[in-house]
Amino acid sequence: MANTLRLEIVTPAAKTYSDDVEMVTLPGVEGEMGIYPLHVPLLTQVVAGEVAVRKNGQDSFFAVGDGFVEITGERVAILTDMAVKGDDIDERKAEEARQRAEARLQEKLSDEETALVSASLAHSLAQLKVKRRQRR
Amino acid sequence: MASTRDLRRRIKSIKNTSQITKAMQMVAASKMRKAQQSALAGRPYATLMNAVLAEVTHHAGEFSNPLMEVREIKKRALIIISTDKGLCGGLNSNLLREAGRLDKNTTIYITAGRKGSQFIARTKRQLAAEFTYKDTPLFSEARAISKFAQEMFLKGEVDRVEVLFTNFISTLNQKPEVRSLLPIGEIKGVQAEVEGEGRGTDLLRGATEFLFEPGAEHVFGALLPHYLNFQVYQFLLEAKASEHSARMVAMKNATDNAKQLIKDLSLEYNKLRQANITKELLEITSAAMSMG
Repeated sequence: MANTLRLEIVTPAAKTYSDDVEMVTLPGVEGEMGIYPLHVPLLTQVVAGEVAVRKNGQDSFFAVGDGFVEITGERVAILTDMAVKGDDIDERKAEEARQRAEARLQEKLSDEETALVSASLAHSLAQLKVKRRQRR
Repeated sequence: MASTRDLRRRIKSIKNTSQITKAMQMVAASKMRKAQQSALAGRPYATLMNAVLAEVTHHAGEFSNPLMEVREIKKRALIIISTDKGLCGGLNSNLLREAGRLDKNTTIYITAGRKGSQFIARTKRQLAAEFTYKDTPLFSEARAISKFAQEMFLKGEVDRVEVLFTNFISTLNQKPEVRSLLPIGEIKGVQAEVEGEGRGTDLLRGATEFLFEPGAEHVFGALLPHYLNFQVYQFLLEAKASEHSARMVAMKNATDNAKQLIKDLSLEYNKLRQANITKELLEITSAAMSMG
């Protein structure tokens, strides 16, 4: 008991991940943080970036979008608008999406649209980051 | 008694109708599958979000947000999520019967979908805004609706916001339901079925307060509107899944009925045709006999 955390990564489209893990590193709004079992209860926002999950000494990575995370002593629940497993990322597609989003940002957009485009830009950047780290 | 030509004409027209309903049934079936999938896929997120909010508000202490303020109910707003098109059985009439129950004078309506706005116009009720949503509801559409409702609530124009939509239970069963949206207070439908919540948390619960980063106000300020937006989004998805399911079933019934009708009419037509032939033969033979 209490050696593991139940990690859940859920997006509106699907439940991406649900398993017992040993440690989670996630991109909090005030910087990266690592969470071990029996962490003090915490609610915070996550920004687009990379979530590292350690299970049986093996690290795996996810690219996530903006969202929230709730941490209790034995559970980490990440609610986000995007979550992709490192292995499933299509680098070419992500790169294309990044360029498209950057091009759109140059145009004149309403606030609403700007928010949408920056979100999708953040998504592709997060995916690229995860993918490139894996290769190193 | 109808003539053979009339019968032929009727059979032909019913055949045409059944072809159309059959086609609509197919279209609805494929859309239904997609809509059902997305409605079901969104549920874990909604459940988890509910669980998080319920737990966190429980621990947040004195903290309050304008969106959570409970006031005496003088005016209420009802968001009606209906369909754009008909031909989906009793879905809309069931839904709008619920809408008609509320007091005309104290309720302001917000509609999504054309059938709802037509109903409001017909019964001369107060309409605050009309929204549309596509076949695959977008999050931005939900956000527009929820933002409007939040503004109304924050300005004090209404003291309570409820949503009326058709909850998707199964392909054959959809139920109109009213859920309260604002103020955020009673977040229910939580606990129990939430995965990964062991008995151990009970010990932690109550003993410790939640920490918030960067601060409770900031986190809640972002979380609560997002929660509402998502809630509305999920309602839209459920309504869409219900609509397509209901339409598919209605169209299937129509096709079956048409088939039965064609069968009956064909029988009648053949009988009539045979009777005519017999009559003609009789005439010929009797004519021949009288000549002989």
